[in-house]
Amino acid sequence: MTSNNLKLNFGPQHPAAHGVMRLVMEMDGEVVVGLDPHIGLLHRGTEKLAEIKPFNHSIGYMDRMDYVSMMCCEHPYILAIEKLLDVTPPLRAQYIRVMFDEITRILNHLLWLGCHGLDIGAMALFLYCFREREDLLDCYEAVSGARMHATYYRPGGVYRDLPDSMPKYKANKYISEKKVKKLNYNRDGSLLDFIKDFTDRFPSHVDEYETLLTDNRIWKQRTVDIGIVTPERAIQLGFTGAMLRGSGIAWDLRRKQPYEVYNELDFKIPVGVNGDCYDRYLVRVEEMRQSNLIIQQCIKWLEDNPGPVMIDDNKLATPKRSSMKHDMESLIYHFKLFTEGYSVPEGNVYTAIEHPKGEFGVFLMSDGANKPYRLKIRAPSFPHLAAISEMSKGHMLADVVSIIGTLDVVFGEIDR
Amino acid sequence: MKELITSLFSTLTVQQVTLVISIINIVIVTASLILFVVFMVYFERKIMGYMHARIGPNRVGPKGIFQSLADTIKLLFKEIIIPAKADRFMFLLAPLLLLIPAIAAWAVVPMNPEFLIADINAGLLYLLALTSFGVYGVILAGWASNSKYAFLGSMRAAAQMVAYEIAMGFALVGVLMAGGSLKLGAIVAAQSGGIQNWFFIPLFPLFIVYFISGVAETNRHPFDVAEGEAEIVAGFHVEYSGAAFAIFFLAEYINMALISILTAIFFLGGWESVFSNISILENSVFSFLTQPSIFWLLIKTLFFLFVFVWLRATFPRYRYDQLMTLGWKVLIPITILWIGVECIMFVMEVGPWSSI
Repeated sequence: MTSNNLKLNFGPQHPAAHGVMRLVMEMDGEVVVGLDPHIGLLHRGTEKLAEIKPFNHSIGYMDRMDYVSMMCCEHPYILAIEKLLDVTPPLRAQYIRVMFDEITRILNHLLWLGCHGLDIGAMALFLYCFREREDLLDCYEAVSGARMHATYYRPGGVYRDLPDSMPKYKANKYISEKKVKKLNYNRDGSLLDFIKDFTDRFPSHVDEYETLLTDNRIWKQRTVDIGIVTPERAIQLGFTGAMLRGSGIAWDLRRKQPYEVYNELDFKIPVGVNGDCYDRYLVRVEEMRQSNLIIQQCIKWLEDNPGPVMIDDNKLATPKRSSMKHDMESLIYHFKLFTEGYSVPEGNVYTAIEHPKGEFGVFLMSDGANKPYRLKIRAPSFPHLAAISEMSKGHMLADVVSIIGTLDVVFGEIDR
Repeated sequence: MKELITSLFSTLTVQQVTLVISIINIVIVTASLILFVVFMVYFERKIMGYMHARIGPNRVGPKGIFQSLADTIKLLFKEIIIPAKADRFMFLLAPLLLLIPAIAAWAVVPMNPEFLIADINAGLLYLLALTSFGVYGVILAGWASNSKYAFLGSMRAAAQMVAYEIAMGFALVGVLMAGGSLKLGAIVAAQSGGIQNWFFIPLFPLFIVYFISGVAETNRHPFDVAEGEAEIVAGFHVEYSGAAFAIFFLAEYINMALISILTAIFFLGGWESVFSNISILENSVFSFLTQPSIFWLLIKTLFFLFVFVWLRATFPRYRYDQLMTLGWKVLIPITILWIGVECIMFVMEVGPWSSI
């Protein structure tokens, strides 16, 4: 007896495709026997574009790599330039970067949790997660002026210091004075006060998500023993981040190759046991709690230690507007910085950070000019997506959706 | 009403008068069902909105009450796209095959002791037959669309409905044993005389099983694997648009209302009052509260509809095979077991059988 398998084209326009993923599936009834991911639908040639632009111009492109964890994508690129230039940003800038890296981690994990829930059918979670994301995006907006693509980190520090006041809601035809007052309740102080208020209530929000999912029988049926990756296999496949830690390997660049000020901070690395979708879910939820603790430590430090957030070197830092009015030197530096940029010594460098999705690395090759000779980005989602075929073989169609969710792929960085 | 019509048209025979009355009743029920669906869509979106910490529709009309009206108009004026390789006749027949049984089932549903379109003896059997008929529409829709997603959806629907039909049927056997009749009116009458006589107490497991099967039967979340938005996009109706899609929508909501009202009739005493047989109330000015009335039935129905929405807003979706496991390995054994328990109750003369 012979049976014909069904070829199913999944995506790129599919509610669970997380952007523009296309899978060509071979199915025996509901069971997936073969699966072939197709990539490249979001290819924008970022790596090539970086070769024709001064270094600073590409920072904004990095935001658009993984467009749900923006500042974390800027970070390794900035670190690579700093490593070649051999400069160290002021300590305050390093703390700000760490704080925003962790804010970004929560941003990313909230979006992941919401979408993973939505894929499996838990609709409420998506909106709860986005409610909290809204506050964090307001933090982005307060420091950089942009809700998503911040371009906030700069070689030698950050674009500017944390603002002393938060933007406030204003009453209009649709929102009454009373409502505005309620919306603005935590916006009277500085940005740090606002973030502090967020970190105080965030753990209770995470508890709320967990009551909806962690012990939910349906959620467990849908995620336990789905998409198991053994620790050995996870290493062979090049997994990093929560995908690797879910399989039980405590590998975290924040601990293994500390950058910025992670050495001085106190946090734990959660690891899974079985390496299935449920363990990865637990790992990521715990990571959110740990990030919250890191942010609290950073807030404490930043409140006590005011200071510069950019190195005092006009070759890298923009001169003050006021000094440009009467100081010829400043005007020249400003002109040079915004037309030619700065030249970086010859050399090759690889820097990587613990991005919310895994190891996000940048390989920068400089020939001494004011733009990179070659830029290569190591996107964490790429090896994760490559494993989707192995992870979903023998599972059912609905499990493929769970697995796509657990991979936490974003096509901005896979296709680059 | 009968007198009114005979006096107006004195030439009509008795059969013709009955026919006219039936047609008027049918029009009333169908029209109120469609109006109900319009209300229900708004109700659902608003409740889900508040459960999700958002507002829900609030732009069309005050508080958005005309939103579903606007949606209806939009759906009716949209083009019905028929896929090039679809079977045109079957493609257009399928939504009707779903809608007709959904509305026809209401013929035997009594709203109060008097109002009933068809007072047939085997009302319960008629209901079982018609509710399972709807699956043909689903299967046909998936098959006629000539799309793999729709096909997968209809395959799932077929398997699912068979499994849950059995659980539902067994649960109704329990009701039938307790009520002693296939007539819905008689089943309600058997529950009269206070909340302690309602069947949900002696038949509690069947009550739960019946409602869960009802949710699965109507393809609602968390059992909506036949639609499975994140997996097979919209399942069997993925290729439908415009008015054809609206009919699927209508049928789904009418079925939801049917399951809710039936649960109220079978297990919660139908139009019987929550407060009946409480002598303090009966002798006070609030004695109207103890009277059986259609409003009690509507309140109970609305409660179950709320549960439908509640489930949808809260739970993740089952996987197809887990759904079947739940149906075959949990719900059906429970119903069979409880029918055995009912036999013991019958012999011991407790619960609904104590008066025999």
